[in-house]
Amino acid sequence: MTPAPNNPLALVAELTHRCPLHCVYCSNPLELQSRANELSTETWSRVFKEAAEAGVLQADFTGGEPLARPDITELIRSARSSGLYVSLITSGLPLDEIKLEALVQAGLDHFQLSFQGAREETANDISGTKSHQHKLRVLEWLKRYRIGLTLNFVIHRRNIDELEEMLAIAENSGAGSVEFASVQYYGWAFANRGRLLPTRRQLDYCVERLKRTEEELQGKTRVLFVVPDYYAKYPKPCVGGWGRKLMLITPNGDALPCHAAPTIPSLEFENVKNRSLRDIWESSDAFQKFRGEDWMQEPCKSCDRRAQDFGGCRCQAMLLAGDAAATDPVCTLAPQRPKLDAVLAQINDAPGAESGSASPNAAPADGIGWRYRRNPA
Amino acid sequence: MSVDVHSRPRLAAGCRMGENNNQRVLQMPERALRLNGPSLEIVSRCDGKHSVSQIIGELQLLYSKAEPRKVEQDILGYLDLLQKERALDFEL
Repeated sequence: MTPAPNNPLALVAELTHRCPLHCVYCSNPLELQSRANELSTETWSRVFKEAAEAGVLQADFTGGEPLARPDITELIRSARSSGLYVSLITSGLPLDEIKLEALVQAGLDHFQLSFQGAREETANDISGTKSHQHKLRVLEWLKRYRIGLTLNFVIHRRNIDELEEMLAIAENSGAGSVEFASVQYYGWAFANRGRLLPTRRQLDYCVERLKRTEEELQGKTRVLFVVPDYYAKYPKPCVGGWGRKLMLITPNGDALPCHAAPTIPSLEFENVKNRSLRDIWESSDAFQKFRGEDWMQEPCKSCDRRAQDFGGCRCQAMLLAGDAAATDPVCTLAPQRPKLDAVLAQINDAPGAESGSASPNAAPADGIGWRYRRNPA
Repeated sequence: MSVDVHSRPRLAAGCRMGENNNQRVLQMPERALRLNGPSLEIVSRCDGKHSVSQIIGELQLLYSKAEPRKVEQDILGYLDLLQKERALDFEL
């Protein structure tokens, strides 16, 4: 048994899987929880209390679309009064001025608004919904309030060339932070990978441009960039290390070390309806499974970077190497890395990839359209 | 960008002081900073009322055994870091 090294610091509360958007890279599982299975207001309130007592500092309300919960204002008030810092990670739909005022009054600390592009046509195509104009309205309403604001642009081959326009939206919003988060390839995004992976040329431009922006906006807006795993040299320290920092609660109350953990077939999850959060953190099988270093194989086991990246992402190892304890295949030291290089070669050797501009809108090689995220019952 | 000693820093939108397990923290969007000793003394004076030079003066008194110039440099360095973290607004 590997004891918990410390407290959980962040609680990710997936309040619902319901969402008015159908983004082609949604991080929700392919099997979605129905409304009937969602936790009650009372259970969530108990979870927030237990989380604060266990040492959690921040609660991230996400989904699906957290605003789809009719009790969202109550949930914010409850988490805040438990002593947590509350972030709302939202599409901004459905939201009106009255509701926004209520969220702020309830004690919301930080509003994170996601964008699917800078142009209406692109954004609506990616989200399968008319949502872009509404987001711009929400940004205007937010200017009335002194709460934290982060804009999150999810980027990929189809929208990465709109970077300049995205920066203009960010600058006009007065946001404290702007994130350019590359799509990572799990679940729905994996199903759409052939159309979403950017070219190396697109990525290089993006990195260079954002580096300049970061300097220009220093002290005004934080600029964050998340590189696509496939183009990284070493893996990311996924969730800050398994069972080290973060707990995610699904809409029906399962406690997960990472949002994609259910894709690992050998894991079973405890539910917050039956056990306390601290108990689950300290001694449940799922949280202990990849905690620490005992589970590691070579090349991780003897690697100098193992305390930095913790072997990367267990779910990506499962997905690409068929073994959740393998080195994350995005690592250049991983035995499975050539598989990914072949995927990248396919994208970068395609006609038009050299110019970086011809390929994004071209029909994908497979000739199939987007696979849009469905909605649960 | 360097810190103007006449400006009055205050916590930026989305940043506030919090407490957990008797540990004071500066809560920021998606991150938090533990506050101990001098860092707590500095951040609790970032209230939009104290100017940077007042904060320096008060901490030089509080840490009177330390070299005053060193205290000043440490404070300016810390405020600069918080500015880069987008945790402070500096009002003139």
